[in-house]
Amino acid sequence: MGLACLRGGSGPALPLGLGLAALLASGLAGLSPIAIAPEAAPLARWIGHLATVLFTGLGLWKILDKVVPGALTRHVFEAAVIRFLTGFGYIFFTAIVVIPFYVMVMTSLKNQAALVQNPLDFSLDLGQGLGLFRSYVELMRDYNFGSYLWTSFYVSVLTVLITLAFAIPGAYAVARLRFRGQKVFSRSILLIYMVPMIVLALPIYIAFSMTGLRNTIFGIVLIYPVTTIPVALYMLQGYFRGLPSEVEEAGLMDGLSRLRVIWSITLPLSLPALASVSLYVFMIAWNEFLLAFMLLDDPGKFTLTRGIASLNSSEVPRQHLMAGAVIATLPIMVLFLGLERFMTKGLTAGSVKG
Amino acid sequence: MTEPVPPDMARPPRGMGPLARREARLAWGLLMPTLIAVALVVILPLLAVFWIAFKPIGLAELRPPAPVVREDIRGDLEAGDPDAYLRYRLRNSSQDQAITGVTLTDSWPEGLTASEMDPRCTLEGSTLRCDLGDWEGGFRDQIRIPVAADPSYFEGPDVEETEPVITGKANNVLTSFSSFTLENFARIFDGSEFWSVLGVTLFYTVFGTAGALILGLFAAMLLDKSFTGQGLLRGLYLFPYVAPVIAVAFAWILLFDPYSGSANALLMQMGVTSQAINFFGERPLALIMVTLFEIWRYFPLSFLFILARMQSIDTDMYEAADMDGASPFQKFRYLSLPQLLGILSVLFLLRFIWTFNKFDDIFLLTGGNAGTRVLTVNVYEQAFALSNIGAGAAVAVVIFLSLILFSLVFFRVMSREEGL
Repeated sequence: MGLACLRGGSGPALPLGLGLAALLASGLAGLSPIAIAPEAAPLARWIGHLATVLFTGLGLWKILDKVVPGALTRHVFEAAVIRFLTGFGYIFFTAIVVIPFYVMVMTSLKNQAALVQNPLDFSLDLGQGLGLFRSYVELMRDYNFGSYLWTSFYVSVLTVLITLAFAIPGAYAVARLRFRGQKVFSRSILLIYMVPMIVLALPIYIAFSMTGLRNTIFGIVLIYPVTTIPVALYMLQGYFRGLPSEVEEAGLMDGLSRLRVIWSITLPLSLPALASVSLYVFMIAWNEFLLAFMLLDDPGKFTLTRGIASLNSSEVPRQHLMAGAVIATLPIMVLFLGLERFMTKGLTAGSVKG
Repeated sequence: MTEPVPPDMARPPRGMGPLARREARLAWGLLMPTLIAVALVVILPLLAVFWIAFKPIGLAELRPPAPVVREDIRGDLEAGDPDAYLRYRLRNSSQDQAITGVTLTDSWPEGLTASEMDPRCTLEGSTLRCDLGDWEGGFRDQIRIPVAADPSYFEGPDVEETEPVITGKANNVLTSFSSFTLENFARIFDGSEFWSVLGVTLFYTVFGTAGALILGLFAAMLLDKSFTGQGLLRGLYLFPYVAPVIAVAFAWILLFDPYSGSANALLMQMGVTSQAINFFGERPLALIMVTLFEIWRYFPLSFLFILARMQSIDTDMYEAADMDGASPFQKFRYLSLPQLLGILSVLFLLRFIWTFNKFDDIFLLTGGNAGTRVLTVNVYEQAFALSNIGAGAAVAVVIFLSLILFSLVFFRVMSREEGL
């Protein structure tokens, strides 16, 4: 059917209209490309067929814009293909991104019976008002998620602060000061970033077990910043290099010490970069799972990700698991959407080069 | 005609002046905290991994064997019980390793008199000293000292209040300089398992990286024009990367659940399959699914970089190509692609290394079952599931060595693309 339309529609509006009318007719006659369950109401059936026709028409109209009947030139043909791919791409990417997140939210707002009964029911019963958030209330009340949220929050904030305290001077030294081994340094920072966490996690687990740091928040706060310092240092040195050095030299000429120059000239100038780095580090610390999973056993000290991992058992209903996932995801998303500009910059700088 | 320059002025000054030296000192000072932290948490553990890889050690041997003592008074001293005695219960914490030269010291309280002394112990003033000799693994014993108390005893500190000190020499496998073994490596390379793990790792890494790159390129091309909502879509497409892995991994597991997952319900409704498919539990399928997850989760990163690069390409070139009558595909093939090749190769290598290192994703999705065990998951599996820390460390060493290999390639390419 679609093929016929494509051929028939390769002219002005008239053949396209005819084709669509034929599609609608065939749909009503039961030959439609979409199958609608026989028990569906007539109205729904009509809506279904009309939607099929409408979107087929809209798509084809967009794709075949400027396409004239007869043999196509390479240009026109490729432009049409690209328009098709563009439309398909938007729908495809939006769908693959949105569906898992939607399933997450939807599952968290339903009850067990509704979930098992019809897994294809993506609708939400908004009629129950606040009862919709039952799982969240239960998580906070029975599963101690309020405390996990708080732990995750302050661990992440501490990680950001400690990381900055280490990375700012280091990055400044690598970017601005001349010393032997500077080149080697800026290279090896990235190298450290490439060491897999699981390789380090094993000896860290052993060392923490032996020194009694395992199962303490202190141990976690000790270890998180070190995993983020190399990235932060790398991002910041890229930014510091981009700053005009004349301003700093002027400060030095005026008799300020180096540290004073960093504090009152360089740092104020690099606030946007600091924001990016902080956000990025916060995100890493907030999302960190492996170390929290290996090092924390006491439910009183769980971070959010560790708490969610503990929900993954057959005794805990799935809506609770998903509510936990939403609780972990939401703050990051809000931060991300609110400060998207910084975040995007942070991500770009953090991964290859500034 | 030029004036001859005196030879000592023709050359720039050599060596470091006092200013340069001060600068270098400051630089090292600023870097020192980072260096120490990295040395403690990265370099030291890496060395430890190599060390442990050559040690026959399991989870249970993590603590070295130590003598353990518990002290208490049996019988009622206050009532003048004639059979009252002070008891030290002794045991070796290890079931199979010996401790040598065990000694016990404890402070003897005022007013307590021993009617009979254990032959191993001597009382010197207010210090009790016992020489307990060598203990086999699983050793247990008691010391009983019959005692009577004066009234002055009840005024002073209780005998149980002072902790007895017990020391002994034990051979700690972890720290000793002997007992090295190649058994861990023999074990992990033994049989076909290692090669299948390596194969799975390579499949996951190559296809995960390539897929994420291609999808990222496609997404970047979609968004490489301004229209209303472009920023929103860009933000949206970054979601999979930004969200906590544990949240999205569980969302995928639910979506593809064999009993109540929407994907299976949809496939059954459409008549594609009559039986629920266990997406994360069947042999070839599970590996494909985790690779898809990897692609899904990391296409945003490639997308972000490729988009940034695309937006910096000069548009003049495209206008010139339009004048020459280049078709859209030709423009992509001959103009965009060569421009993007640099970032694509860097991204490929970087993502390759990171995908190779990835642990959380597969661990959360399948736990390494159903033919999805990659090297990193194998570290965890050997060390914790099979309680063989040594073997886990051996796998970690293999990972680290492969990583060095990749990094060499990476830096070679990276320096070529430096002017990116």
